[in-house]
Amino acid sequence: MSRLHIETTVNGEPAEFLCAADETLLSGLRNGLGLTGTKEGCGTGDCGACSVIMNDRLVASCLVLAAEAQGQSVTTIEGIASGTTLHPLQQAFLEEAALQCGICTPGFIVAAKALLDVNPEPTEEQVRYWLAGNLCRCTGYDKIVRAVLEAAGEMRSATV
Amino acid sequence: MSAPTFTAVGTRPIRHDGVDKVTGRANYGADLSLPGMLYGVVVRSPHTHARIVSIDTSAAAKVPGVKGIVTGKDVPLIDAKLGMGEGALDLKDLSDNALARSKALYHGHAVAAIAATSLAAAHEAAALVRVEYEILEPVLTVDRAMESGAPILHDTMTTQARPPIEQSGPTNVAGRMELRRGDIEQGFRDADVIVEHVFRTPTSHQGYIEPHACVARVNEDGRISIWTSTQGPFLVRDATAMMLGLDAANVKVTPSEIGGGFGGKIPVYLEPLAVLLARMTQRPVKMVMTRDEVFRATGPTSATKIRMKMGAKRDGTIVAASASLYYEAGAYRGSPSGAGAMCAFAPYRIPNFFIEAYDVVVNKPKVAAYRAPGSPMAALATESLIDEIATQLGLDKVEIRLKNAVQEGDLAPYGPPYGRIGFREVLEQVRNSDHWKSAVKPGVGRGLACGFWFNAGMSSSATVTLGADGSAAVVTGNPDIGGTRAAQALMVAEELGVPVERVRPSVADTDTAGYTDLTAGSRTCYATGMAVVEASRDVREQLRGRAAKIWGVPIEETRWEHGRVEPVNPSADRQPLTVAEIAAKLSKTGGPIIGRAAVNPPMAGPAFAAHICDLEVDRETGCSRVVRYTAVQDVGKAVHPSYVEGQMQGGASQGIGWALNEEYVYNASGVMENAGFLDYRMPVASDLPMIDTILVEVPTPGHPYGVRGVGEVPIVPPLAAVANAMADATGIRFTELPLSPPRVLARLLEEAPAAVGAGA
Repeated sequence: MSRLHIETTVNGEPAEFLCAADETLLSGLRNGLGLTGTKEGCGTGDCGACSVIMNDRLVASCLVLAAEAQGQSVTTIEGIASGTTLHPLQQAFLEEAALQCGICTPGFIVAAKALLDVNPEPTEEQVRYWLAGNLCRCTGYDKIVRAVLEAAGEMRSATV
Repeated sequence: MSAPTFTAVGTRPIRHDGVDKVTGRANYGADLSLPGMLYGVVVRSPHTHARIVSIDTSAAAKVPGVKGIVTGKDVPLIDAKLGMGEGALDLKDLSDNALARSKALYHGHAVAAIAATSLAAAHEAAALVRVEYEILEPVLTVDRAMESGAPILHDTMTTQARPPIEQSGPTNVAGRMELRRGDIEQGFRDADVIVEHVFRTPTSHQGYIEPHACVARVNEDGRISIWTSTQGPFLVRDATAMMLGLDAANVKVTPSEIGGGFGGKIPVYLEPLAVLLARMTQRPVKMVMTRDEVFRATGPTSATKIRMKMGAKRDGTIVAASASLYYEAGAYRGSPSGAGAMCAFAPYRIPNFFIEAYDVVVNKPKVAAYRAPGSPMAALATESLIDEIATQLGLDKVEIRLKNAVQEGDLAPYGPPYGRIGFREVLEQVRNSDHWKSAVKPGVGRGLACGFWFNAGMSSSATVTLGADGSAAVVTGNPDIGGTRAAQALMVAEELGVPVERVRPSVADTDTAGYTDLTAGSRTCYATGMAVVEASRDVREQLRGRAAKIWGVPIEETRWEHGRVEPVNPSADRQPLTVAEIAAKLSKTGGPIIGRAAVNPPMAGPAFAAHICDLEVDRETGCSRVVRYTAVQDVGKAVHPSYVEGQMQGGASQGIGWALNEEYVYNASGVMENAGFLDYRMPVASDLPMIDTILVEVPTPGHPYGVRGVGEVPIVPPLAAVANAMADATGIRFTELPLSPPRVLARLLEEAPAAVGAGA
């Protein structure tokens, strides 16, 4: 079976890879581009470990076909920090100890960024419901929610 | 002994592996790829209990890209056990579980494995493997398994019993043990109030987010490399070698970062298959489970049935208790029923008790350890009965526990006297907490429950190296599941006075690290930490030697004080030397310094916890929601308090999930019907409130800092804390988990149909 040639934009840079017609974007990122920061926890869109932002929209990359990335723009965990500076969310996750095993962390950070992009001042309840599509089995979410609220505050004060 | 003072221990630095983990750089089990790598998949039994008559792989082998196929006959028959802490792993069972030989014992049991140049080709071939089965009646509950005339899973199984029992032919009862004290009949005669229930908990899974994954490579000289996500790289090395008849000296295991384990990443599943396929094909082989496979063929923990009876005096003094514990082992012996029996009454001083515990095989996946294995289910029974006694007698829920709580010198139900323990201190913190003192809101019930867990010791090694720049590195063999690198770095910093950010902790492979047992049993911070402290002190001794050399005095005239080496008799040319100052002169005073230690400590002091749960119950739907939660625990000494809190919060939420929603739903044939995260409903962020924590620090004697294990006991109280809150909210004692909306609503309708119908 011949493979498809996909030209897309990943983390602001042009990128191309080959994929099968039935291959997921998650597989395209991990196997086609070597971007293994995006994780597979379930393959059914239930755990959020594979969260990426596609054209400003948060998606589970295990439920998107790789071919759908053609001509689109994808942001993965590898594109969240800018240069040598961590994103405030990444810094807050470190300072709040919001990760234990860390497998869900890339998905949470990408999902939380998508939240703060549309709602810079979320309430705790809004954070909890937005992140309800991301499973964490280690933390009980307490420190994750605190980290997101902390980062949101940090980002607001930086823009004033 | 006055409490030691700390400079680094107890602070909250950013974890050393943190940046890799928030940027996606950290490599987990599925993240490694090697040139020329093949993809391996497993063919699994579609039947719950069946004899394997024949396996025909000829059609599968013809699929383009298929390079190798293995079945049970490719695995050598072995009869060996691998010692592991308290228990021993039966390698024959482990091997049979990894690849069935004669019988498939559960739906999803591996019967063949295939390696191909692509995952698609491997899946195509898997569908073409023809297995002829003789289907047998499945055994799905302990009740059925123990009936006379029930189908027998293993024709050769006898009951491992303490005390011994008379054996009468093959059985599904793999084990029985009992514990007793005093005169149980007299105890119950003396009781003013007696309560008794049968409790049931469902099969539930550890639920780590990272599926099992590994890569194996076999070199031409027979050297084998395994990269895998595991809690025990040395165990993977030894178990895989023994199962395949290999020399473990030729096997190197490199642990990847691990995406959760909770006990479920102790067993080997994929590794021996990957090695077999890699040897057969002379190509590296990668194997990654799907979530469906994780649910059907790994973990879970035992479903249980527990009959328990408890008697107390009018003042709340418990005078007698008895319990029969039946734990499903899954397909092979080895449920944690014995641990359940030892934990059940461990928090309380009970003069007369009797406990028997059964380990029973059924046609479900072989159970794996799950965070304080066996204890949460036993605590559900114990803590529910105490709650009910308190309610009947009109006693305060904290006071009745304090009245019966064990303290130093009391005998544990499993024999020895307790050393310094902090259970009473924990209960006093509950009593003084804002949460306990606050008013319970209308429509909400409040539950309290306690829990006990042993903390393992076992073997650990560590090396600490000092750099000429005064920085340090520490190497251990424990995969870091929840911040243990940071804790180890804090210990080095504490001992050497080196800033924690200048300590580099790492987890090494089995060729590099000294032998170290599992990251399990709440032992890493305690036992491996002890090795790290001793290795650091070894460095300190060597630093004294170097200072002595610089000063031209015998080592006895130096001492370690204030984080530096000081002369016993200071003079103008003998001023205190910091680690950095000595390190700068290493090459002139004898070369590099490496400290090392290997330890095999006894169990740490046990951990006690108490949790308070406020549960809001919607009487129209049976849906309930935790609205406030506080976890109180004796942690010994918190090395990195944030990660200790994290263990408490994580354990609490896992337990809340177990209490409220999580269960394997089986159909009549024993096929799991909810093998995915949509239907196996673990808590999500919107299900939970903040989990408040109160850390009680009663140091463990025998550890330099007083560290106790902290990881496991937090999952022990929540099952009962939630059930007790439900009883408080509804007036109904639920004895079967989970407390899912349909079950709760059915009981609410039964008890008060009119009231519910009226929306009262």
